Amino acid sequence: MTAVEAKKVWKEYGQDVVLENVDLQVQTGEFVTIVGSSGCGKTTFLRMLLGEVRPTRGELLLDGRPMPDEPGPDRGVVFQKYSVFPHLSALGNVMLGEAFERSPWIGHLFGRKRRTARERAMGMLESVGLGHAADKYPSELSGGMQQRLAIAQALMKDPRVLLLDEPFGALDPGIRKDMHALILDLWRRTGITIFMTTHDLKEGFDLGTRLLVFDKVRYDPQAPHAYGARITYDIPLGHTNEETWREIRESVGPGDAAVEIEAPLE
Amino acid sequence: MPRVLNRRPGRLLAAGLALLPFAVALVVYVIASASRLADNPNDPILPSLVSMAETLQRLAMEPSRRTGEFVFWADTAASLTRLGLGVLISASLGLVIGTVTGLIPYVNRTLAGFVAALSMVPPLAVLPILFIAFGVGELAKVMLIIFGIAPFIARDIQQRVEELPPEQLVKAQTLGASTWQILLRVVLPQVMPRLLDATRLALGAAWLFLIASEAIAATEGLGYRIFLVRRYLDMATILPYVVWITLLAFLFDFALRKANAFFFPWYGNRSTK
Repeated sequence: MTAVEAKKVWKEYGQDVVLENVDLQVQTGEFVTIVGSSGCGKTTFLRMLLGEVRPTRGELLLDGRPMPDEPGPDRGVVFQKYSVFPHLSALGNVMLGEAFERSPWIGHLFGRKRRTARERAMGMLESVGLGHAADKYPSELSGGMQQRLAIAQALMKDPRVLLLDEPFGALDPGIRKDMHALILDLWRRTGITIFMTTHDLKEGFDLGTRLLVFDKVRYDPQAPHAYGARITYDIPLGHTNEETWREIRESVGPGDAAVEIEAPLE
Repeated sequence: MPRVLNRRPGRLLAAGLALLPFAVALVVYVIASASRLADNPNDPILPSLVSMAETLQRLAMEPSRRTGEFVFWADTAASLTRLGLGVLISASLGLVIGTVTGLIPYVNRTLAGFVAALSMVPPLAVLPILFIAFGVGELAKVMLIIFGIAPFIARDIQQRVEELPPEQLVKAQTLGASTWQILLRVVLPQVMPRLLDATRLALGAAWLFLIASEAIAATEGLGYRIFLVRRYLDMATILPYVVWITLLAFLFDFALRKANAFFFPWYGNRSTK
């Protein structure tokens, strides 16, 4: 089943073309990683999926219907930072979605509703390994724990699509490994469709079932903004040959961690 | 020898140093007062500490022969009522206007410029207008405080709301929140500690406007008393009143700071992550 479809999508800001002619079909349950050099429009594309930015031309579909033009509960998101609410404890953060849904006027749950929401939230916190930190405020959590919390918070709404915008970019390599294991585990268990941008090519290869590379094909030095980026590679992962990997690496340029990486050999 | 900027006093010494300027000021006053009183025992300009204490005791502990009130406490109550009412209304107005102008683009375009313009008007310049419009009773005094500090608080809160990371607002929407719910559960709780801070900083101005309006038209109040007895050069009343007002201002400031730390433990030690 097609979860997300882009039909000849363009994004322009006045004269500046950011994305040109993006065509894409993503099936439910795919884990799509998006790489590209900075300024290549991968974040713009993600923000389009989020509904924050509207395409200037073309059409975006979610489950066959036009993409809503504002963020909503069918698309969860985790940003690199500021994804959790500093004034709520970890538990409060995870319970927030349910409070919004079941208490339209005061946004707070009481009594039996609160207890059931609390139990669900605790279960979710356990599953991302934060059961012990339920009462802590985000400022008391490490960067990795904050991202776990942000993921837990997003998953509570059972979104159709989970959007991750360089979610592990600010984390230490060791922590990043743990986070990869966590997100893969959650993805396998929930069967959710995931889009993740990263500037770390290896991360893109390791995590996804499908890798998209955004890049500018045409470039005019006199008018650097005249042409936008498009999808230059769209690779099902698991059987990438070394040749392709090197090509992509050259087109994207080394990311932060890409320097010491060996090509994935199958 | 470490550089001067790296040398820090110990706890006890720090407390002593903090008290030192107060002690010096007091000693200087006592010496000056004593030398003036030695020349002329009836000199009113720099009264001795004893005569100030006597005046204060008379005003605070003995009912006035004319009205039967304890003048000092009646003045304090009148002033604090005006101040409290003015500050409370200003904080509420500032909170509502500030959050809504900060969050909703349509309201922002409509009100932000107006509030900014309003905050530029010198409040004391419109004091006569307030007296004409609202009479010389309590209302005009409270209105002056509101006029003086509500726009300031509103602008401060608006700015804080605009500083909230846009990611938070998007995240809340992906959790299914409506505009109202975002206002209630994301924006309001995060600006509450800022509101206490803004109110704390506005208190100095609020006192200024209170005393100014009491000086012009009142029948009781701390500012009224000071300006009343000024005619008789009654420094023995004025000085204790000034100290009392300062002490009250300090206590409010202290209480608001403590309230912030108590009610909003997450505020202040937030990391940027």
